[in-house]
Amino acid sequence: MSAALEARGVALSFGETPALRGADLIVETGEIVAVMGPSGSGKSTLLHCLAGILVPDAGEIHALGRRIDNLNEAERSELRRDRFGFVFQFGQLVPELTAEENVALPLLLGGVRREPALRRAREWFGRLGIDGLERRRSGELSGGQAQRVALARGLVGEPAVLFADEPTGALDSFTGEQVMDLLVDSARRQGATVVLVTHEARVAAYADREIMVRDGRVTSPAVAS
Amino acid sequence: MSVPLTLLGLLERQPSHGYDLKRDYDLWFGHGRALPFGQVYSTLARLARDGKVVMDEVTPGEGPERKRYVITDRGATEVDTWLTEPVAPEPHQQTVLFAKVVLALMLDRPAEEYLDTQRRAHLARMRELTEAKRTGGLVEGLLADHGLFHLEADLRWIDTTSARLDALRAQVKP
Repeated sequence: MSAALEARGVALSFGETPALRGADLIVETGEIVAVMGPSGSGKSTLLHCLAGILVPDAGEIHALGRRIDNLNEAERSELRRDRFGFVFQFGQLVPELTAEENVALPLLLGGVRREPALRRAREWFGRLGIDGLERRRSGELSGGQAQRVALARGLVGEPAVLFADEPTGALDSFTGEQVMDLLVDSARRQGATVVLVTHEARVAAYADREIMVRDGRVTSPAVAS
Repeated sequence: MSVPLTLLGLLERQPSHGYDLKRDYDLWFGHGRALPFGQVYSTLARLARDGKVVMDEVTPGEGPERKRYVITDRGATEVDTWLTEPVAPEPHQQTVLFAKVVLALMLDRPAEEYLDTQRRAHLARMRELTEAKRTGGLVEGLLADHGLFHLEADLRWIDTTSARLDALRAQVKP
């Protein structure tokens, strides 16, 4: 295995408040890693740094064989669009778009034409057990359905890395497990690396291993054993 | 797990031979640990002695499977009582883990590291159970869930205790 992601001594403060204080982490290609820790420990900030959403004050981030913390915003944006997928706690679907347009969004933003993008998006509805919902808008979807749409959107571009921040946090435990089953199966099928932030042990148990973040540092094995 | 009551419960469905009881017990309740034949027959003998089962239709012929067991009214009453009464909720207030944490603090050992080690062990077991659930059927899934919920409760206690270690240290080592 080779590293898909690496954080070296990453530090980041929000104003006077330090969120990360020298976090180290290596995620191997194809690994599913759960990032755990108490509220405010810095786990989501670590995910945002690894994903090139936030730029650390100090330290280095390497992703897919290149250093990314020194890229400019346009380069990081391109990296996120082309190589990364995202699933967040509340789906964050665009309410004006239909479910299939939401799924197709990363492809459309990446320059794929509308018809082929929608065709590829539609393939995901059967795969994730939500066929028939393609034309619905997010307001017409249940929490579980919306989160499957969000998962499809995260995976439609066949990202090298899927970042999931509390992807089941807004769901009941049964629906959450269905979403996790689909997330893990789909990621494995695509060979995607997954960074999964969660405070729930039952969700973390779907990962290959877990790391603990406490007070802005990774306190349990930062490297696969 | 009460073997006598479980066998009685299986017998309430229908009169059965010892072999059938063992097969059904292993299928539903064995979880990879088969009930020895010796235990099946000794249990049935005790149930018969206590008037909870009787033997019926001793089939002519050779072999150990001649005896068929039938539950009595007394046996059926016992099954009914057992099923109706709730299992005593076990408070688990004196756990090994709690004792370890308190002693670690008293002895100035790294209690937090011990809790982290325990957390990793719990999560490793939760991963195994989650995999069993993902790849198994409904029965395996529900059994795995039972284990997962208990481990999750332990983990919550571990997290709560981790967060209060300083306060606990102040109390056990004033």
